[in-house]
Amino acid sequence: MISRIAHLGRRGCELLEALGRAGIFMAQSAIGVPSREGWYLWLRQMHFVGVLSLAIVLVSGLFIGMVLALQGYTILVDFGAEQALGQMVALSLLRELAPVVAALLFAGRAGSALTAEIGLMKATEQLTSMEMIGVDPLRRVVAPRLWAGFVALPLLTIGFSVVGVYGGYLVGVEWLGVFEGSYWGNMQASVDFVGDIGNGMVKSLVFAVVVTWIAVFQGYDLVPTSEGISRATTRTVVYSSLAVLGLDFVLTAMMFGGLS
Amino acid sequence: MKRSKMMELGVGLFMLAGILGLVFLGLRVSGLTFQASGDTFRLEANFANIGGLKPRARVTMAGVTVGRVSAIELDTDWYDARVILELDGDLEGRLSRDTTAAILTAGLLGEQYIGITVGGDPETLADGDTIRDTQSAVVLEELIQQFLSNMISD
Repeated sequence: MISRIAHLGRRGCELLEALGRAGIFMAQSAIGVPSREGWYLWLRQMHFVGVLSLAIVLVSGLFIGMVLALQGYTILVDFGAEQALGQMVALSLLRELAPVVAALLFAGRAGSALTAEIGLMKATEQLTSMEMIGVDPLRRVVAPRLWAGFVALPLLTIGFSVVGVYGGYLVGVEWLGVFEGSYWGNMQASVDFVGDIGNGMVKSLVFAVVVTWIAVFQGYDLVPTSEGISRATTRTVVYSSLAVLGLDFVLTAMMFGGLS
Repeated sequence: MKRSKMMELGVGLFMLAGILGLVFLGLRVSGLTFQASGDTFRLEANFANIGGLKPRARVTMAGVTVGRVSAIELDTDWYDARVILELDGDLEGRLSRDTTAAILTAGLLGEQYIGITVGGDPETLADGDTIRDTQSAVVLEELIQQFLSNMISD
């Protein structure tokens, strides 16, 4: 009985220690003057993390926009309000779906790849070798990946929203026969640039920081065995997804909860 | 480290596409327009009941959008609602003093907006003036009440 409580206490302390390591890790990596070569490292990571994630994010965005329009139409047509389809698709995407789904896809694709890459570097002792020759692995390996994630995810979210709205247009206007003028007109009248697009971008930025931070930290902090790498990769995806969904609720309540 | 022109080009295109996407979202999806901010003038109107009118609602004349509702507040002198309208600058000095403002509804379940109609007074409203003649929103419960009392009295 006592040993169970001691075990719980030890787990709690370990959690706090991990959180502290994560905080120190983030502070040491993210803050640093980028050098000329650091810029090029960041560019490579932008390609790896951003450009290569475009395929999955844009295709998912297209299909989610199309499904939204289809389901939305079947519900709205009962109220004779199918002309409001444009505003429904746009508001759902911009406020909620684009930031959250893009972050989840990013965590699954780029996040797990980052964890695996950094984890393998740790397991094959590349990070300790870098320290021994006087190169700071946090600045050389981790910081470019962090900043690439911070910049890439908001851009991917924008792409998701654009393609989703277009997918909604394809299904709603071209297939289901909603009037094109009302699709765009109602949308433009109800979407507020600062209130909706701005808030969506803020959410996406917060998710970018959280997902990338979790991904690189799990890679940096893991047990350097092959089993450790696989567990860290799984933890990245699970923790990132839970954090994104939890933060989404908090941010939505803050931004849209106090209805004026 | 091999410098790859294709990779740099790819990342550059990706970022450019992101920025263009944001511009597209701003213009096409949220209807942002490049309207000079100094191009509007203010009028006030008091209503007994604004119903479902919200800030940023349309102000129309003959159905054409000529401005927006910028703020709604409670007038503590008269205990009714003071609505502040922002109208297009070209209408300044062209609306007569007896212009009326009514709260109308777009469709059955639609949003509410303000419709203004000019009168015949030779004097005109300037920036900051108050529209005197207003018509409040139709509240469904009061309509039903009126209908029932009419039925009972028949």
